[in-house]
Amino acid sequence: MNDLIHLIAITPWAIALVKIGVVLVIMLGLVAYTVLAERRIAALIQDRRGPNRVGPFGLLQPVADGVKFLFKENVMPAHVNKIYYVLAPTITLIPALLTFAVIPFGSTLGGVPMVIADLNVGVLWIFSIASLGVYGIVLAGWSSNSKYPFLGGIRSSAQMISYELSMGMSVIGVFMLVGSLNMTRVVGYQHDCWLVFKQPVGFLIFLVAAFAETNRLPFDLPESEQELVGGYHTEYGSMKFALFFLAEYANMITASALMVTLFFGGWQFPFIGFAPNHPMWNGVLHIGIFFAKLLCLMLVFIWVRWMFPRFRYDQLMNLGWKVFFPLGLANILLTALILTMQAPR
Amino acid sequence: MGPYATSYVLIGALMLFGAMVGVAPLVISAWLRPRKPSPLKNQTFECGLESKGDSWVQFKVQYYIYALVFVIFDLETIFLLPWAATFHQLGLFAFLEMIVFLVVLVGGLVWAWRKGVLEWK
Amino acid sequence: MENSLFYFFSVAMLSCALLTITCKNPVSSVIFLVLAFFSMAGLFVLLNAFFLAAVQVLVYAGAIMVLFLFVIMLLNLPAEEKRHRGWFGGAASIFVMVALMLELSFVAHHEKLASSPASPGIDGTTEDVGMVLFSRYMLPFEVASLLLLAAMIGVIILSRKEKK
Repeated sequence: MNDLIHLIAITPWAIALVKIGVVLVIMLGLVAYTVLAERRIAALIQDRRGPNRVGPFGLLQPVADGVKFLFKENVMPAHVNKIYYVLAPTITLIPALLTFAVIPFGSTLGGVPMVIADLNVGVLWIFSIASLGVYGIVLAGWSSNSKYPFLGGIRSSAQMISYELSMGMSVIGVFMLVGSLNMTRVVGYQHDCWLVFKQPVGFLIFLVAAFAETNRLPFDLPESEQELVGGYHTEYGSMKFALFFLAEYANMITASALMVTLFFGGWQFPFIGFAPNHPMWNGVLHIGIFFAKLLCLMLVFIWVRWMFPRFRYDQLMNLGWKVFFPLGLANILLTALILTMQAPR
Repeated sequence: MGPYATSYVLIGALMLFGAMVGVAPLVISAWLRPRKPSPLKNQTFECGLESKGDSWVQFKVQYYIYALVFVIFDLETIFLLPWAATFHQLGLFAFLEMIVFLVVLVGGLVWAWRKGVLEWK
Repeated sequence: MENSLFYFFSVAMLSCALLTITCKNPVSSVIFLVLAFFSMAGLFVLLNAFFLAAVQVLVYAGAIMVLFLFVIMLLNLPAEEKRHRGWFGGAASIFVMVALMLELSFVAHHEKLASSPASPGIDGTTEDVGMVLFSRYMLPFEVASLLLLAAMIGVIILSRKEKK
């Protein structure tokens, strides 16, 4: 009897911990298979075959890659600053994993809300953690004590902070409509109309800023191969390089998840996902809808990479500061004007 | 502890788990990997060329100026977020307040623009 | 639980702050200062000031310290590490510290602070902060914009000098 009471008392915490574990595992699995998808789609676009030998259709390729990374020798050049050189990949990866915490990836499953921590400050958590991603990259560039990584690190950090502004501006309109920063409320608001239709300009700015924040083409200046070899991770190899790689893809996933939540209705889909007699099925279906939308946006990320040429650095900065930042401000003013006019007197 | 504070405990737990995910691969690979050091592996990787001079290079001051302007407008975003969240409840007066706030800052931005601060030279 | 967390964050914050000023390497100083800000954000959460905690991380750790890191990279680090620190800087900082302590204790003595860590019924959520900020504290909010404008003018002047 005593044991039973004890069990009931700890159950909510146990459920929460299980949720955290499952989310992290799904995240890492998604990362692994996004890498494979990227390689296969790149091959498709360039009329090649791509990795297709390990397992059926090359499906075991990520496993092989992971094992390879684990068994590789760790080459640490003599001139690096050892502590920060080792810390930098970890510092880059951790924020990428943490931002997912406030995103609701489903409605409820057996009465448990499908979000790790439903914070009131919602999007502020995401912005504040995402802004820490700069540290890993700057430290990697600096501690490598080599010219290319140093330039890559500096470039990347200037780019990231510039587009962080545009990203911050682009979502203000969304929160003016919703009236809360809480992500669950944002999803609830989009019950009948996705916000992408009400905030198209905001979405456009957010999309571009997301590409710049994740250092993806056409904004991959920090690691532009032809100029900087590998950018901030030039001096990295084996598992440490893999961590940078993981962080980049985890950031892509979080950015996509954020776009799904803010602009595409989160786990909702018109006409689907309502089986009133089966709450369990509903929950599973909602999670499925969320991840389906997420994968569609990931495909956009991958497709863009092989379709567009890279910007020049001055073009990149001009675009951020002189186009998207004023555009974001104008969007806020317009939204405020319309909302004020609509407000009942 | 309030109802909100419990979710922050979960955030703390997530941070711990996240740190474990970040550190574990390094530890495991430290166990498994071979060690075959050689003087060549200790060199800087510079595309086959030998590295010349100090790796510390003075970079453009423009990066620093972007960072300064960024801090200013980041603070503006901080004020915009609570304003957006309470926009419905506050009404017209808060709207005018924010317009004044924005006009001052946008004035600064326009001036900086015309002085060429935002230019990548 | 709350008490032990308070002590944990306080000790972490103080030791990180101490390491910030004792580290020879400026980059280490920056990293420890960021950790100190994190501990402070933890303290804010314990006080139910959730908005402040998030803003603390976003502004100080995410924006201002990045700026610091940039400045440090502008400098030549090896030369900086060897630089001898005079007695004047230490004396001046001790003076400022004592003055700040006196001021804080004066305020604490006269303002009759609440004995409980957070006033019940108020959650420092974003909406609460917004409601107060845009009604009661309207004037300070507008003055903040002037302050930011002044900072902007400073940036412009800095960049103008660079041209000559």
